[in-house]
Amino acid sequence: MNPVIRPRSLFIALGLLLALALWLSLALGPVSLPLLDTLKAALRLLGLAQPGDDLAQAELILGQIRLPRTLLGLLVGAVLALCGVAMQGLFRNPLADPGLIGVSSGAALGASIAIVGGAALGGLPEAFAPYLLSLFAFIGGLGVTALVYRLGRRDGETNVATMLLAGIALTALAGAAIGLFTYLADDATLRTLTFWNLGSLNGASYARLWPLLLVTAAVALWLPRRAKALNALLLGESEARHLGFAVERIKAELVFCTALGVGAAVAAAGMIGFIGLVVPHLVRLLVGPDHRVLLPASALAGASLLLLADLAARLVLAPAELPIGIVTALIGAPFFLYLLLRGRT
Amino acid sequence: MLRAENLAVQRGPCTVLADINLELRPGEVLGVLGPNGAGKSTLLGALCGELQPSHGDVWLDQRRLQDWPGSERAQRLAVLPQTSTLNFAFRVEEVVGMGRLPHASGRLRDAQIIKQALEAADALHLAGRSYLALSGGERQRVHLARVLAQLWPGGEGQMLLLDEPTSMLDPLHQHTTLQAARAFVEQGAAVLVILHDLNLAARYCDRLLLLERGRPHALGSPEDVLRAEPLQAVFGLEVLVQRHPERGHPLIVAR
Repeated sequence: MNPVIRPRSLFIALGLLLALALWLSLALGPVSLPLLDTLKAALRLLGLAQPGDDLAQAELILGQIRLPRTLLGLLVGAVLALCGVAMQGLFRNPLADPGLIGVSSGAALGASIAIVGGAALGGLPEAFAPYLLSLFAFIGGLGVTALVYRLGRRDGETNVATMLLAGIALTALAGAAIGLFTYLADDATLRTLTFWNLGSLNGASYARLWPLLLVTAAVALWLPRRAKALNALLLGESEARHLGFAVERIKAELVFCTALGVGAAVAAAGMIGFIGLVVPHLVRLLVGPDHRVLLPASALAGASLLLLADLAARLVLAPAELPIGIVTALIGAPFFLYLLLRGRT
Repeated sequence: MLRAENLAVQRGPCTVLADINLELRPGEVLGVLGPNGAGKSTLLGALCGELQPSHGDVWLDQRRLQDWPGSERAQRLAVLPQTSTLNFAFRVEEVVGMGRLPHASGRLRDAQIIKQALEAADALHLAGRSYLALSGGERQRVHLARVLAQLWPGGEGQMLLLDEPTSMLDPLHQHTTLQAARAFVEQGAAVLVILHDLNLAARYCDRLLLLERGRPHALGSPEDVLRAEPLQAVFGLEVLVQRHPERGHPLIVAR
């Protein structure tokens, strides 16, 4: 179980992997662009004039469709992986998932309310619908997480075991409510609901990127400041206190960061499972559990893996598109089982 | 100096600790003895601020323990719990390095201290290995090295609280562990150690506190505390107390 790679080599490898994933994500799709043209058009979009050929079509596809989609994938993957690290640290369990504290199911509930409620009210105004949906998802995620956190608190201390159980209970409750909405929904609404619950990077736009960009930046800047505290927390809560950390405060920060990050990711791209679970675990196998390395490396790996999963979602049934949640679950679930079983030997 | 004044701890309706007046003085190893459930770990929890006393106060120097800022307190007071739940594949020196988190002494100095602390816990040969690959006793020694590193080199005013540090160790390492505690005390630090082995207590402790159902039964030198009557009264065990033929401290044998 010793780490197999030095942090520096890992960062170089992950940087290259991310660059490759970005490039492929921009180049491939129903209309595949030559790789070189993609690069030129991308540079031109960045304001760097490129000489020569007619890149109008490439620029259009890139600027309007692929770039926002790629950026969305980058942010969602990074923030899900970061939140996964935070949760695995908080629960001191390498198999913990951001969904444990109820944020994913809360967001799904919020979105279901918006979708079904909107349909019942005779359809939301076209211009607002996506924003309203995201807003409801975000509020749902934060709300359920706040409730889970509240339930886990007693006498000014948070009991993470109680929180975990409360998270399971509320996830089941939210699942029941979502089921009810699904049952009540008509056919068209049902389709939106299903797609949303399986996650998709489809329909990315710059306008919807901004909130996620802000949240991801905040989470990516904040969590590494708590890297040492997370390391100490792995020893145990009282050990971390004996090492001088304000454990209750740090736990609250971790829960808040995760609610914010996963809430925003689900609001932007629907439910995408297993990234938050598998990526930190994978990175830990490669470089060990030190959070000073684990956090940034997981962000890079999460972004790359989500982009590659989205590529698969786009290409496997092209020109039709698979929901990305199916792809991540198809890859993630067997990997998760592998992790469980290899521990037995 | 760590001082408990009239300390009591309540758990639900039960008083699990009461009437504790105790000073942990620089340069001494204070042993805590008592049967299972006598309140030894509760005492340690209250002394390090982990448990809220229902009565009384704990003072570190002239300040109440809860008024100390976290990292300053951590530079003065380290605690070795009975068991650890660490379940991640840190390397041994990374675990010991966590003891340096409250300090800003720099990477080089930390590496030096980690090495010395591992040496003191007789665990230097474990460096480079994954914590999860170690046996229970080896893990216990690694955690000992971690709390030693936290207070290294153990000057005056440093307090080290050890909860059954020898529970999983082989006979040799039971001694090396307590010798490490003694060496720490030579530098001016103070050590409080919970023990079950009366003969280890007799050999390595300067003073002993004998707890019975949450209350102090006896507090004094090993010669005063380790007598047949108090041991019979507290443990319900009939013992023979002799002198160690070479070292002169009490030697306790069950009858």
